[in-house]
Amino acid sequence: MARTRQTRTTDPGAYLDAEGTLLRELPDFAKSRDTLVALYSAMVRCRTFDSKAVALQRTGRLGTYASSLGQEAVGVGVASAMAPTDVFLPSFREHGAQLIRGVTLEELFLFWGGDERGNDFSLPKRDFPVCIPVGTHFPHAAGAALALVHKGVPGVAVAVGGDGATSKGDFYEALNLVGAWNLPAVFVLNNNQWSISVRRQDQTAAQTLAQKAVACGLPGEQVDGNDVIAVREATERALERARSGQGGTLIECVTYRLGDHTTADDASRYRDDDEVSAQWKKEPLVRLRRHLTQVHGWSKADEEALLRTCREEVDQAAENYLATPPEPAGEMLANLFESLPRDLARQAEELGDG
Amino acid sequence: MAEMTMIEAVRAALAFALEEDPDVIIFGEDVGIDGGVFRATEGLVQRFGPSRVRDTPLSETVIAGLAVGASAQGLRPVAEIQFMGFIYPAVDQLVCHAARMRNRTRGRLSCPMVLRAPFGGGIKAPEHHSESTEAMLAHVPGLRVVIPSSPARAYGLLLAAVRDPDPVIFLEPKRLYRATSEEVADNGEALPLDSAFVLREGADVTLVTWGAMVVETLEAARQLAEVEVSAEVIDLGTVKPYDRAAVRTSVEKTGRCVIVHEAPLTGGFGAEVAADLAETCLTSLLAPIRRVAGYDTVMPYLRLEDRYMPSTDRILDAVHYVLEFE
Repeated sequence: MARTRQTRTTDPGAYLDAEGTLLRELPDFAKSRDTLVALYSAMVRCRTFDSKAVALQRTGRLGTYASSLGQEAVGVGVASAMAPTDVFLPSFREHGAQLIRGVTLEELFLFWGGDERGNDFSLPKRDFPVCIPVGTHFPHAAGAALALVHKGVPGVAVAVGGDGATSKGDFYEALNLVGAWNLPAVFVLNNNQWSISVRRQDQTAAQTLAQKAVACGLPGEQVDGNDVIAVREATERALERARSGQGGTLIECVTYRLGDHTTADDASRYRDDDEVSAQWKKEPLVRLRRHLTQVHGWSKADEEALLRTCREEVDQAAENYLATPPEPAGEMLANLFESLPRDLARQAEELGDG
Repeated sequence: MAEMTMIEAVRAALAFALEEDPDVIIFGEDVGIDGGVFRATEGLVQRFGPSRVRDTPLSETVIAGLAVGASAQGLRPVAEIQFMGFIYPAVDQLVCHAARMRNRTRGRLSCPMVLRAPFGGGIKAPEHHSESTEAMLAHVPGLRVVIPSSPARAYGLLLAAVRDPDPVIFLEPKRLYRATSEEVADNGEALPLDSAFVLREGADVTLVTWGAMVVETLEAARQLAEVEVSAEVIDLGTVKPYDRAAVRTSVEKTGRCVIVHEAPLTGGFGAEVAADLAETCLTSLLAPIRRVAGYDTVMPYLRLEDRYMPSTDRILDAVHYVLEFE
């Protein structure tokens, strides 16, 4: 059943077009060179991590990995708007956000390398680990928001999921609850157009994913997910609404998955190179770099220094990860409950300390 | 001390938990002004307010997922699924998140939550309202499955479940909600999890059971005593992780074992109990282990329900088989 793909002349909610040209007046934070450099650096750091992770996987030194190539503005934009007291609930493609929240590169490598210690974050102690089953973390965000309210913490629970997640009951049911209970939760959709091999328009006949908020009595907004300024600005507004007791918001970030679904996927089986090439022209790093160059004197030397710093940092983290021996096997039982039930003593003994 | 039915004991334990810990919250379908369809939460919203006792939209997924998220952030939610027959949308949240949050974060986050659900048959309820699928949940590493069988044990085990630092599935045999009453001290004293209860001591045969089947099993033991057979009755209380030592000790003493449960036979939790005894107590066994269980079929509608439920007579038949085995 063929359906006409929606076309737009300009992407919604963008401040910078693909060429880095200013489309409308920037929000205050985006007038600061330091802030823009920080956002740009975070995206470059994420992309550097991504390429290293893929390289490690291709050489058998990392598990199956989900790259965020092309979608860096979503995670970076969202997390840069958040406060430390907020709670972040990522899906499996939000490395950029996790890094800003304070998860270390080494922890990310450990997680994707198959070591649970990668979820034992040293810094964002209350943030949730990556959610692998699609969309099932949205109800957790509602629960986290409830806990924040109950404990009187002025925080907001922020969950990010993909376009495919909007087809799941978990997403609707949680969004419905956020509306019904007026909870301080922000749901962000990283609409990268593809759920593995299923196109966005085959996922739902809804005109936009943001519209799905309407039925839940919440504001829903679509922004250009390749414009980190737009993502951050929309997130800031949603967070402010939540903090002032006005409840939740749904934000759809329209972006594109330039890479495969994961390293176990081969997207050439189901999509044309032409489509991907066209999307490369709209990716999020280039437009911000052009803006920085044109308006803030970002130089070639600045760029090279940033790339070098990111590469060194990522390489060092990868080395640390690779030099980390696996945990003793007994840890697989030791962490199941707060204390080991008597019933498991024999199995724990069998696994031993080594 | 006050005379309480099981449903009153559940309510008393919930009230005590709400009173003693401000982080305890209750939510579920109709748990507020309606007090729950079985009245387990009757009066609690009036006493503790709607921020502590809260009606959710009709979504089992959200009830369980909300409990995961809230408990991981420091609350102690006691969530209610209205009937176990409707727990399945919540199972995804239990298996994929509640059961593994502590393990996958190496203890950084955990889910000290309780999910209560009335379960089992025997009250002539409509379709989907009478199933007992405790073995399915017991198979999941990281979940505790607790089943009380008397008002006092409901009170003590529920308080233990609420205070436990890990997720507990608390299955309440609804046939027993108002079946009997007994003296229960509403003093906040918990009963131990992971420990079996010896309800009756005996020397000739061990009867292992849990939940509502405790009634038929104790009745069988009473009738056996009339013919001078001394049956020991063990209520597992916590089905997972269960008290293997207590069951082994008893069977080493009696040499014979009959396991009774309402759930279907194949893959029921009785299979685990039997396997453990076969592995560890073979030389003590004087007869094969017998299981008396529900049939391997869909729970029948109410007109045939009684034929499905294990009866005292079926238990007695099994006991006579193991006693007479040579």
